[in-house]
Amino acid sequence: MFILKLVLRNTFRHTLRTSLTILSIIIALVAFGLLRTVINSWYAGVDASSASRLVTRNAISLMFPLPLSYRDKIRAVDGVKTVSYGNWFGGIYKDRKNFFANFAVDPKTYFQLNNEFMLTPEEHDAFIRDRKGFVAGRKLAKKFGWKIGDSVPLEGTIFPGSWEFVLRGIYKGKEKNTDESLFFFHWEYLNETLRKTMPLRADKVGFYMVGVKDPARAVDVTVAIDRIFKNSLAETLTETEKAFQLSFISMSEAVIIAIRLVSLVVIIIIMAVAANTMAMTVRERTREYAVFKTLGFGAFRITAMIFGESLLITMTGCVLGIVLTYPAAGAFGRALGDYFPIFVVDNNIFTVYVGASLLVGVTAAVLPAWKAIRITIAEGLRRIE
Amino acid sequence: MRDMERKGPIVEIRNISKSYRRDSQNIPVLEDITFDIGEGEFLALMGPSGSGKSTLLNLIAGLDRPDSGTIRVGGVDIASLSESGLARWRASHVGFIFQFYNLVPVLTAFENVELPLLLSGLSRRDRREHVDMALGLVNLSDRMDHYPSQLSGGQQQRVAIARAVVTDPAILVADEPTGDLDRVSAEDVLGLMDRLNRELGKTIILVTHDPLAAGRARMTRHLVKGVLT
Ligand SMILES: Nc1ncnc2c1ncn2[C@@H]1O[C@H](COP(=O)(O)OP(=O)(O)O)[C@@H](O)[C@H]1O
Ligand SMILES: [Mg+2]
Repeated sequence: MFILKLVLRNTFRHTLRTSLTILSIIIALVAFGLLRTVINSWYAGVDASSASRLVTRNAISLMFPLPLSYRDKIRAVDGVKTVSYGNWFGGIYKDRKNFFANFAVDPKTYFQLNNEFMLTPEEHDAFIRDRKGFVAGRKLAKKFGWKIGDSVPLEGTIFPGSWEFVLRGIYKGKEKNTDESLFFFHWEYLNETLRKTMPLRADKVGFYMVGVKDPARAVDVTVAIDRIFKNSLAETLTETEKAFQLSFISMSEAVIIAIRLVSLVVIIIIMAVAANTMAMTVRERTREYAVFKTLGFGAFRITAMIFGESLLITMTGCVLGIVLTYPAAGAFGRALGDYFPIFVVDNNIFTVYVGASLLVGVTAAVLPAWKAIRITIAEGLRRIE
Repeated sequence: MRDMERKGPIVEIRNISKSYRRDSQNIPVLEDITFDIGEGEFLALMGPSGSGKSTLLNLIAGLDRPDSGTIRVGGVDIASLSESGLARWRASHVGFIFQFYNLVPVLTAFENVELPLLLSGLSRRDRREHVDMALGLVNLSDRMDHYPSQLSGGQQQRVAIARAVVTDPAILVADEPTGDLDRVSAEDVLGLMDRLNRELGKTIILVTHDPLAAGRARMTRHLVKGVLT
């Protein structure tokens, strides 16, 4: 009990030094938390992908399309329930800075397969009826202030020209990690226009999305689909949606490793800061510990005082760090919402906070405690600060 | 006032030597010292700076161990005790007064005096009683909630004296207790030590190089270059 009281008072003896140490722990932990959240949001698309959906694309590259005629052949494969398809459109809204993903899709099957994009039946019908209609995610519509019935132009990049769409529905995500910043319009509208302007590029799709009857047999179905088109003009590569999403992300694996390394460095830095504080503190109190020893206080109690103080500092930083991570992530998510549509703090990272703070608290105290115990009373008493 | 009859020696020092090692060089500090201190004695140990006074005091008080020779205090050969045994022995037999008071700055006067009792297993109420008594003895009952920084040097040294006597040890050791005090406060502290010796029968060993302080003791010994005269 006494040790606890002493630890508490000792910790705030040098208010400025302790506060700065705690502050640096908070900053380091929050930075670590934000970096981890960046990685998580990077993978958010993967986590959100369904196990019962497959993606079929051109085996050479995603840049090359597949004939529309593959649709019926894929549908005939054993185990396939639904086939949808679409193109990455790559349109720009007013300015390049306003980036969001936009796709030309087959409206009926696409929303049937991706039931995590929730539309009211009225919106769904209105979208299907309007050839030039489009559907936007709630977050995207909010960002640009689009209302149902609004006309929205996109400037084509892959498919040149100026394209007009009318907002017919705003979808909500079913899950917390559903991306609400996507833009979908009729594949038919794109195709009709291409038939007139660039007939060679018509009747081609960028990808097929395949719904399987039994997710457990998904792999068999991927093999079966690719076998059909073996040795044809456009061979296919079919994989689960998860694997497909990962193939995008893997391009940035180096970035992710870099971020992981940085977060490790952050931990090492707070270790150095905390260790320095404890070393200074204990060195200053050498004579005081000698007095405690003179009065009969043993190594155990002295160790408890030093470890207690070190842990009190790091754990205070930990608690404040946890509390401040939420507002920090909120601000970060708002500022970078375009790049990270799903920016949600995963509470599991706080286990890392606590673990790191305990580790740093203990590590920072080891050497000072060992020194404080080892020095003889006679030597300690001779120390004048 | 207590009767001043002499009893047997409470401290028996036999042929002790002590040297320090510095950069592989051996620096002898005490050489073959033998002497006794009687129970109830008030001894002043004088000598120039660096003559080994603190070293000798630390050995008698069980803060350090001699290279050779034996020290018996109250019949116990303290050099033969284990580290923790020695710590327990110190806590119950010796009270310490230092030049720089050495109070814990984050503890109040009361808490500083209570410090040695925390290891004694006394109840909270008993501790409170002892501390009140000790602070009353040094006339600082009204300052018990003050922190060291709120007290003058003389007051801090009196708190330190209260801390030294609160466990009721037989021996008090004081290393230059007036070295950092002004005349008036020094007189105060010396008067207090005199009373502890006369009224409570404490054996006091006072290290000082101040002749005025030594004048309050009833016996003075000189240590010059590690030799006692
Ligand atoms: N821990 C130590 N290490 C090395 N030398 C020491 C140590 N303690 C004391 N000494 C040396 O021993 C001598 C006696 O010191 P000390 O007992 O403090 O003298 P005094 O108290 O009489 O001034 C001095 O020369 C001092 O430098
Ligand atoms: Mg000295």
